Amino acid sequence: MAYRSTHLRSQLRALVPLTQSISELTAPVFGHGTVGELDHDLTRNAIRDGEPLGERIIIAGRVLDEGGQPVTGALVEVWQANSAGRYAHSGDTHNAPLDPNFLGTGRTLTDSEGRYRFLSIRPGAYPWRNHDNAWRPAHIHFSVFGTAFIQRLVTQMYFPGDPLLKLDPIFLATPDPRARDRLIATFSSALTEPEWALGFEFDIVLRGPLQTPEAH
Amino acid sequence: MPRQTPSQTVGPFFSHALTPAGEDLEGSPGNLLAHGETPGEAILVTGRLIDGAGEPVADGMIEIWQADSEGRYPDGRGQFSGFGRAGTDENGEFRFQTIKPGPVGIGVAPHISVVVFARGMLNHAFTRIYFSDEDASNRRDPVFRDLDPERRKTLIAVRGEDEPVPTYDFTVHLQGERETLFFDA
Repeated sequence: MAYRSTHLRSQLRALVPLTQSISELTAPVFGHGTVGELDHDLTRNAIRDGEPLGERIIIAGRVLDEGGQPVTGALVEVWQANSAGRYAHSGDTHNAPLDPNFLGTGRTLTDSEGRYRFLSIRPGAYPWRNHDNAWRPAHIHFSVFGTAFIQRLVTQMYFPGDPLLKLDPIFLATPDPRARDRLIATFSSALTEPEWALGFEFDIVLRGPLQTPEAH
Repeated sequence: MPRQTPSQTVGPFFSHALTPAGEDLEGSPGNLLAHGETPGEAILVTGRLIDGAGEPVADGMIEIWQADSEGRYPDGRGQFSGFGRAGTDENGEFRFQTIKPGPVGIGVAPHISVVVFARGMLNHAFTRIYFSDEDASNRRDPVFRDLDPERRKTLIAVRGEDEPVPTYDFTVHLQGERETLFFDA
């Protein structure tokens, strides 16, 4: 099964090479004003009258470049379905309950070692109409900025051992199996907090290292 | 050494996280980069995101990164962030309220870096906005001058109405006869 939405939206002409200039090698700088106190905690950032339902999880890791250098101060944004497999988005018409205490969006900045950490609820799988009986494996969407605009990355994080992965046209749209493995978080006893939440580690690697742009 | 994390589609359900409206907007980067006090020439950049069948893409997202009016890329310390983000509406339309960037180097034409995201795109796509009223400097620009003369027309934002502020139209075609020139950046 192919991912149907690509048919009219993928580029059919070859990409044109671009010599990297200061326009590609700089990127927006997001300060702490961008991020609120609870923005990283999806279990609390949309509470109205109680706690969101589902299995609490901790997702943490580092943002690095391909040289292994940490990317500090990187804005990391996430969005996901609730534990029933429903997004708090007006376009999601899946017949599963919304959770009044869960929005499923968060953001944070990486620290001086490139580390980030989110608290959340394990998202549910959900059906989509790509093909007959199509289900998306549980996943969390990630958006990351590097120190160069061309390091921009939007991706999806999956959970280990999910039987839906091998059936999912979006996961499989990444052709190299070793590259796909890098989209799957690792269960971590070290990140797991007793009597509280299961921990998963997910490192994100941006392209690079890139040259520092010349001053002008 | 670690290997790059692959890109995956932004999907259909990102707008409440990435392009929220109203009270959810606080702190979130949006489509208003400039206000009356921002130094430089205030402009609007408006446009549409179109698919290979000529239909509007109603669930896309456009991000822009640009220099200030003096041609400096913001370092996060000033008022002007240089970064904007807009979702597309049911007509595929997006808009940015910003200022016209200055040239970032000698012989470099004013331009805005653009990234396009949408459900169905496995990778986001990089392009650039150049300005229709900068023809002479566009022809000298080290990137623009070497591009195919037909295809580079897709990078030109066309200056239209000047009231209330100069408005540039930049339509992005993801596919087809008029497919926008996208860069392997």
